[in-house]
Amino acid sequence: MGKYIIKRVLQAIPLLLVISFVVFLMIYIAPFDVLDTMITPNMTLEQIELLRLKYRLDDPFIVQYWTWLSNIFKSDLGYSLITQASISKELSTRIIATMKLVIPSYITALFLAVILGLISAANKGKLIDKIVDGIVSIGIATPTFWFAMLIIYLFGYNFKLFPIIGMHTIGKENDFLDFLSHFVMPYLTLTWAFFPRLTRYIRASAIEQISEDYVMVQKSFHASKTEIFVKHIGRNVMIPIVTQIGMALPMLVTGALITESIFSWPGVGPYLMTATRSLDYPVIMAVMLFSATLVILGNLLADILYSIVDPRIRQ
Amino acid sequence: MKGINKIFKNILSSKVYTFSVIVLLFFILLAIIAPYLPIDISKYDVTNMSKGPSLNHIFGTDELGRDYFIRVLYGLRISLLVGFLAMITSTFIGTIIGLISGYYGGVIDNILMRFVDVLSSIPWLVLVIVLSVFLKPGLTTIIIVIGGFSWMSIARMIRGETLSIKQREYVVYAKFVNISNSKIIIKHILPAVLPVLIVAATTSISSAIMTESALSFLGLGIQQPMTSLGSLLQNAQSKLQSAPYMAIIPGAVILLIIYSFNNIGNMIQELLLKED
Repeated sequence: MGKYIIKRVLQAIPLLLVISFVVFLMIYIAPFDVLDTMITPNMTLEQIELLRLKYRLDDPFIVQYWTWLSNIFKSDLGYSLITQASISKELSTRIIATMKLVIPSYITALFLAVILGLISAANKGKLIDKIVDGIVSIGIATPTFWFAMLIIYLFGYNFKLFPIIGMHTIGKENDFLDFLSHFVMPYLTLTWAFFPRLTRYIRASAIEQISEDYVMVQKSFHASKTEIFVKHIGRNVMIPIVTQIGMALPMLVTGALITESIFSWPGVGPYLMTATRSLDYPVIMAVMLFSATLVILGNLLADILYSIVDPRIRQ
Repeated sequence: MKGINKIFKNILSSKVYTFSVIVLLFFILLAIIAPYLPIDISKYDVTNMSKGPSLNHIFGTDELGRDYFIRVLYGLRISLLVGFLAMITSTFIGTIIGLISGYYGGVIDNILMRFVDVLSSIPWLVLVIVLSVFLKPGLTTIIIVIGGFSWMSIARMIRGETLSIKQREYVVYAKFVNISNSKIIIKHILPAVLPVLIVAATTSISSAIMTESALSFLGLGIQQPMTSLGSLLQNAQSKLQSAPYMAIIPGAVILLIIYSFNNIGNMIQELLLKED
């Protein structure tokens, strides 16, 4: 077991290094000069030169990359060019805000998906399966931002139930009820965005399980359908669910980019959007590197979890 | 003829498929004839600004009094165009990389697949957002960005197919009698991976249309004066309270298109499974 994990971790490290290199290279060859965003019209040439020296922009590419990389190991992601704020600090509060939104939505979506997926697998081909499939197909085809707009129109403007933007009313940062009323609409949007694919996946894995021998054995023992589904298939479907959770790790950061932008939720989404608009490249690099790292860690986690629940694949 | 009959039978076999095919044909037809319709897209009707759907303007008018029906049709044109061209780009790159990687194997395969790993590790939306900033936004850029960075899963699929087809006797024989590699790939392997390719292409169309609308909605895609369904929605966002139909209609069109494309993808997959 330990050997397998070590092997997988060692495989992930070079991939991470290559990604950091690609990210840095992309920004390096981008057709704009970093200095342009810092220069004000009344600076003298000497001041500009000083800036260039300060940010070490004349160093060769490899040296710049190395400085950037070694700073990251010291968990220093640098500073935003626009606000001069520390990226590590800003990003960590942003990620917490995103997580507050993504985690409850994902758990709800998963819960819904398990119930709907198992029900429609148990009634494969019957009316209820067709209804669930219809809902799921429409869910997959719904643009998230459109769904968000419909909810805003309905609950925000028409019934005036919930505030339309932000996470807190100013001055009520510790009021949980206030948070909740801001939370409802983006939460519904994200749940609607997450659940269809999960339902499809769980239905497919459950149907695969039905044809297994152990189900046949249970049937020959006259076990009821509910019993088979709850006790046996339900348990075995947990294995693919576990890997899904691993794969969902990067969503903690980038799972809600669009939804957050619409509702002005102070998470990673608006942070990245503002940074890309103003070409704030240290922020862009940090978010890109961070989310890529999470994708790799997520895959790693999925593999490891899988090998724990199903020892056969360790070979 | 027999093939066409079979396709027709399959379309009619399920109400969902019939519905999807009719919807798509209808939208494609509308998109094609849009410029020949007797409605002027740039006519400002000052007396009828931000009016809801009526007999004169079946989708209502926008904030400048322009007919919204024709604006949606023009948006539909662009969205479909981006979808098709991005699909062609990504399928083309994915097929070439997949074929080469699977056929030659060894070091080439290793390098190409690690490259695919790296590209697929950066969350797609992040990658596309960042890229669309570096390039000047517009129609060509969005096609390049979507097509050029969504081929990775297609490449993986084609590579897998190629690996198994490569082992078949006729390919081994062709190699044995010294037929050139490029000829083997084009004449023997490509036709065999075609079914997988078609299914992948239909899925990639619907995801390209979805991505285009999301990017345009975020303001990173299609720019004024051109409109797509996504940029119509972006414009409608600020007028949600006074003119909700301006948001409801383009979104519903996107939903219908993607729903139909996905169903047609399923249908093709079913059709090909039956043949095997």
